[in-house]
Amino acid sequence: MMRNFWRRFLSHRLGTISLLIVLALALAALTANLIFASDPKQISDDVMLAPSFAHPLGTDDLGRDVLTNIIYGIRVSLTVGLLAALGASFLGSVLGALAGYYGGALDLCVMRISEIFQVIPTFILAAVIVALSGPGLPQIIIVIVILSWPQTARLMRSEVLRIRGLEYVDAVRCLGISEHRILLAEVVPNAIAPALAVCTLIVGQAILLEASLSFFGLSSPDIVSWGQMLNSGQRFLFNAWWLSFFPGLAIFVTVLAFNLIGDAVGFALNPRAE
Amino acid sequence: MLRYALIRFAWAGPIVLSIIVINFLIIHLVPGDPLQAIVGDFPAPPEYIQAVKREFGLDQPLLTQLWLYLSNLAQGNLGFSFANRQPVLTLVADRAQYTLLLMIPALTIAACAGVLLALTAAPRAGSTYDGAITALSLAGYSMPIFWFGQILVVVFAINLGWLPAQGMKSLRAPATGFGLAKDVIWHMILPAFGVSIYYVAVVSRVARASVYQTLHQDFVLTAKAKGMSWSYTLFRHVLPNAIIPVVTVIGYNFGSSLTGAILVESVFAWPGLGSLFITSISNRDYPVLQGIFLLTGITVVLTNLATDLLYAVFDPRVRESYRHDA
Repeated sequence: MMRNFWRRFLSHRLGTISLLIVLALALAALTANLIFASDPKQISDDVMLAPSFAHPLGTDDLGRDVLTNIIYGIRVSLTVGLLAALGASFLGSVLGALAGYYGGALDLCVMRISEIFQVIPTFILAAVIVALSGPGLPQIIIVIVILSWPQTARLMRSEVLRIRGLEYVDAVRCLGISEHRILLAEVVPNAIAPALAVCTLIVGQAILLEASLSFFGLSSPDIVSWGQMLNSGQRFLFNAWWLSFFPGLAIFVTVLAFNLIGDAVGFALNPRAE
Repeated sequence: MLRYALIRFAWAGPIVLSIIVINFLIIHLVPGDPLQAIVGDFPAPPEYIQAVKREFGLDQPLLTQLWLYLSNLAQGNLGFSFANRQPVLTLVADRAQYTLLLMIPALTIAACAGVLLALTAAPRAGSTYDGAITALSLAGYSMPIFWFGQILVVVFAINLGWLPAQGMKSLRAPATGFGLAKDVIWHMILPAFGVSIYYVAVVSRVARASVYQTLHQDFVLTAKAKGMSWSYTLFRHVLPNAIIPVVTVIGYNFGSSLTGAILVESVFAWPGLGSLFITSISNRDYPVLQGIFLLTGITVVLTNLATDLLYAVFDPRVRESYRHDA
């Protein structure tokens, strides 16, 4: 099963390239302090230099190297993206599975709440919550989890609902196994696949959301993040394009990579896909 | 049709109510003083703070507070912005005009462009052109929209100098009439292009799939067999059938494009909700932030409602299905 998955995943060319990009980003983030200056906030006299050999992506208004900052920024983006996606997927899977399997008031409740979250402008709500609770990575991650779980919950619910009606579940039930066990051991493992593909897509959305919040000045000043770099680059659009261009490109490439990986995971998990 | 409309209205009511309740709960769930959340972090006269305490019943039980909050809202009282010296409702409604002024042309053009791209790409499924359209829509999904705006500024306003980079009108613009309109349109081109990119991506993706599916229907084959011209078949037979899911996606994505507009506006200093939002964040003008969330949320619910009704007008099958079951 696992080998089959990887064979199919690797046959998706763009997905494979994207996976390599993400692995390279992760490696760069982990080794950032070995290769680059250990403090990305270190100011210098080389102020507002255009990209050159010494500073491949230029320097900002305080003489900080843009490349070093982008490399350190990977940490924030990947941390937020992965933790938020894991949290949202876990919460969404649990609630969706319970709602789909047991139905009743819980189902009604979960579905109505997820409907509300589908309609409201999530970025604005996230910005209001973070603005009121003070900027910081934990707040941002929690807000993204709260806003993203419904997608997974809806998907999980419909899968569990479908599988619950299959004959093998009745067969297991005849063996006298408890309902909780059936759900956990027999239904969920067969229903989890689509949620995995969506999990990868949520990573991309979360990175984009974090960048948008930081662009609006809602990130903590102690950390280096791509959105924050774009926020400060905005003031210098007229004389230093590199301050905005490169951090934005980093966001774009990373989000695109996660979206393509999501496509590839969906492709690899769906045996009927072309 | 009436029955269908009533069912959709019954859906919208509770959602609007829950947006209001979410807004109310934010004040209380978020760490910090609810009083500060209502007043904002701006020096306010002590009489006003006393008045807020009384009006919103901050020393009363939570349910009483919710009731007071709702009755304040019903009277159009969304609080007062001390940073702007204006009631929140007036302020937000005033800025919303400019956001709509930017969004409506942008979305109209984006919807047409998305459908046109799909109509030209779907018949050539698998070609390089089709691949390029698919790639474009994927890129639109992954692009930080404010960054796209910044690139537009750098390329078209700064380097090429074709279009203005900031604001909605020139300092010396004529105050009224045709001259003003021309000046505003001139300033609108770049931000509108920025807003539309995400929408083009969404619309072209859905429209392409829909056109592709319709092209393989029997009636298209019949039209071909009857010797009708290709463009006639495409516009008269394929488009009306393929457009239905597109209408839905256009309406349902109004919320995301509103968010997009808010992000793009702050790049171009367009005087709409986005600029208000970003200055209110730095002023810690919380009632304005909440007011923007409340009003945009309600707007999105109403657009979704309108989309559903329009959908039923376009497609008789939808309203018929509600006549028997549901």
